[in-house]
Amino acid sequence: MSITQSSASLFTTATEEKEGAFSARYSLWIKEALDELPHSFTITDPFISGHPIVFASPGFLKMTGYSREEVIGRNGRAFQGPKTNRRSIMEIREAIREERPVQVSILNYRKSGSPFWMLFHMIPVFGNDDGRVIHFVAVQVPISGRKMRNGSGCSEMVFGSCRREVCLGSYVHQERALPVECDEQELENWEHCEASESEKLKSVEAVGNVLSVLTRYSEFAGRLVCGKRSCLRVADCLSSSLVISLGRIKQSFVLTNPCLPDMPVVYASDAFLTLTGYKRHEVLGQNCRFLSGVDTDSSVLYEMKECILKGKPCTVQILNYSNRKDKSTFWNLLHISPVRNASGKTAYFVGVQMEASCKDIESKELRPETRQLSVVGAVRVAVRSSFMVTC
Amino acid sequence: MLKIKRVPTVVSNYQKDESADESVGCGRNCLGACCINGARLPLYACKKLDKSGAGEKPVAFLESLVLGEWEDRFQRGLFRYDVTACETKVIPGKYGFVAQLNEGRHLKKRPTEFRVDKVLQSFDGNKFNFTKVGQEELLFQFEAGEDGEVQFFPCMPLDAENSPSVVAINVSPIEYGHVLLIPRVLDCLPQRIDHKSLLLALHMAAEAANPYFRLGYNSLGAFATINHLHFQAYYLAMPFPLEKAPSKKMVTTASGVKISELLSYPVRSLLFEGGSSMQDLSDTVSDACVCLQNNNIPFNILIADCGRQIFLMPQCYAEKQALGEVSPEVLETQVNPAVWEISGHMVLKRKEDYEGASEENAWRLLAEASLSEERFKEVNALIFEAIGCSYQEEELEGTVVEQDNPSGSVNQKSNRTHGGPITNGTASECLVLQ
Repeated sequence: MSITQSSASLFTTATEEKEGAFSARYSLWIKEALDELPHSFTITDPFISGHPIVFASPGFLKMTGYSREEVIGRNGRAFQGPKTNRRSIMEIREAIREERPVQVSILNYRKSGSPFWMLFHMIPVFGNDDGRVIHFVAVQVPISGRKMRNGSGCSEMVFGSCRREVCLGSYVHQERALPVECDEQELENWEHCEASESEKLKSVEAVGNVLSVLTRYSEFAGRLVCGKRSCLRVADCLSSSLVISLGRIKQSFVLTNPCLPDMPVVYASDAFLTLTGYKRHEVLGQNCRFLSGVDTDSSVLYEMKECILKGKPCTVQILNYSNRKDKSTFWNLLHISPVRNASGKTAYFVGVQMEASCKDIESKELRPETRQLSVVGAVRVAVRSSFMVTC
Repeated sequence: MLKIKRVPTVVSNYQKDESADESVGCGRNCLGACCINGARLPLYACKKLDKSGAGEKPVAFLESLVLGEWEDRFQRGLFRYDVTACETKVIPGKYGFVAQLNEGRHLKKRPTEFRVDKVLQSFDGNKFNFTKVGQEELLFQFEAGEDGEVQFFPCMPLDAENSPSVVAINVSPIEYGHVLLIPRVLDCLPQRIDHKSLLLALHMAAEAANPYFRLGYNSLGAFATINHLHFQAYYLAMPFPLEKAPSKKMVTTASGVKISELLSYPVRSLLFEGGSSMQDLSDTVSDACVCLQNNNIPFNILIADCGRQIFLMPQCYAEKQALGEVSPEVLETQVNPAVWEISGHMVLKRKEDYEGASEENAWRLLAEASLSEERFKEVNALIFEAIGCSYQEEELEGTVVEQDNPSGSVNQKSNRTHGGPITNGTASECLVLQ
């Protein structure tokens, strides 16, 4: 399934590129429709390395003080800081890994550096046809009052020191209060800030609104998304959490699935695409032989095939044909190895490419062989753990 | 303070000839004086630390080094078995305990060679220790650097005068990437926590920059198997149940370290976090551990969240076992509750235990290791005194307020044996082969 790039000008900025990738999933005017929503929310794409934000609402930009360019392409943790509760960070990370919704209050930081409490409500958005997570939608509702959660169970609403002079000690409930500014000192006493029931309801409403827009515009585009997984993920589709883990690995590598006919590529890193000059949609679902050509040594190919059949790792030097502008060939020091998942059985083969000319490295870096093997190791950890997700 | 500039040693021709003659050694290529000449390992010196962000950052340099070297040994067949071929699953339940079926591990593991009723025991060079491992099991040297930058030397001689700390593979791994951090390996320190070593372990956790890479420690009596100072570490890309347990703050120390107790977890534990620097956090925990050691209380440590969280779990399973107080069903599993088990990662030896693994069973097993509520309070009091902290419990009326004790000395309470572990009262050696 190809993702058509919107009139791919060579001069698109990184921001436009990511936004373009987002819009391509939906029909035209999706961004304008989302821009009309009053809420603060972001949309992230787990299939892009680094799990970045690909859409940020005007409400979000206003709340945090950042511009669109400063936000698109960044990961959500960019808004966390030293006082952000570690437990909340873990809860969000785990919800992403398990592809499920989460609602947690968390301290974030504005561009100015000032921290503020908000209720973070995130949901996965699934593709109807292949059952995988297409995006995560995260809504942020500022928490206007503060309830101290302490042992004595006191739940009085009190205001931050900067607003005391306004309230004169009386309880004032404001519908659209600004998030409480807090100076760093006070935060020492703030272990947790519970959102009110109305704030929680607001987040649910906002999430619903965003999801409706996405659903509607995906329907127009013929590729429906929805808030619930409607079918089991198809076999050659990796979970978003596995993709996120693999996205941390910056070297060129592919995962192939030996259990599917003709052992197709099911994952290709960005570095692989750069090295070979191919686009992701041209590579996924194909057997790796597209990299071989007329002068590729067939005995090497045979050696690889033997190792794959025996389930053994091997390293070969193979002539590959790129799809780069100059259609050049390159010598690929290729290492392949079977990778097991949590069941203990082989689930994938990993192939790590190293362009032979890159063998000379600075003395201060890892040996190329170690670097290549580290990719295998990182893939092993990611694959083994990804199948242990509780659903 | 003098800074030593790192320069790889230039070996003169004369020296080369000498070492060529001695290359035979004992034949095992170990770390003893017989073989260590000419030994070289990569050296990783981590940068002076700051509190960096967390989350899915790109694979850090240290992580690449650990995984790359581990995979190299893996493909060379240095491990007793392929741990990735062992089936593993998350047990359904609130906490998500992780179970693994590994029938071969306990058969192939090195047996424990010392008594399990004493937390402090002297190093015995005759018993197995890490100077006896083959150098091929060592991955690299590791040290806390002075610089603002990471310094990496791919081939640095192992020099006894520098008191090198090394990272080695665990040949009976629990998970992929299971390594051992052995502080100052050639100094042959016994298994006990000291300030410098714990700080080194924290550095490693921070440097790995991956919340799924934790370090663990077992004291003697809490299922350490080798009496030579070491920490363990491995990757498991999901939270440990211990990390998910809710906690309630007890105190914040003068240096800003927050100490909490875990709620609704089968093993009563303390959580240390914060502190104005990594050293503050490390020193506070070290003080607590030294106190436990001096009071002969076995314990485990889990370093999590890239070194930001340290869990301290005092335990009494070995004592209960010796007294015959552990339930037979739990004993039959032959699972010893060491740091990883207490954290929620269970390696099971029998298929029936794996098939029937449940959160209840896991809970029941771990609960046997926990101190009682009363004993836990006593131990906490000892710890707070040693740290120089005052802690006042809210519930009880007329509570005795612990006074700040600046000297941090251990008071008479430590000699109380009621409900505590077996003390030195037993005259005879208590050698238990695990």
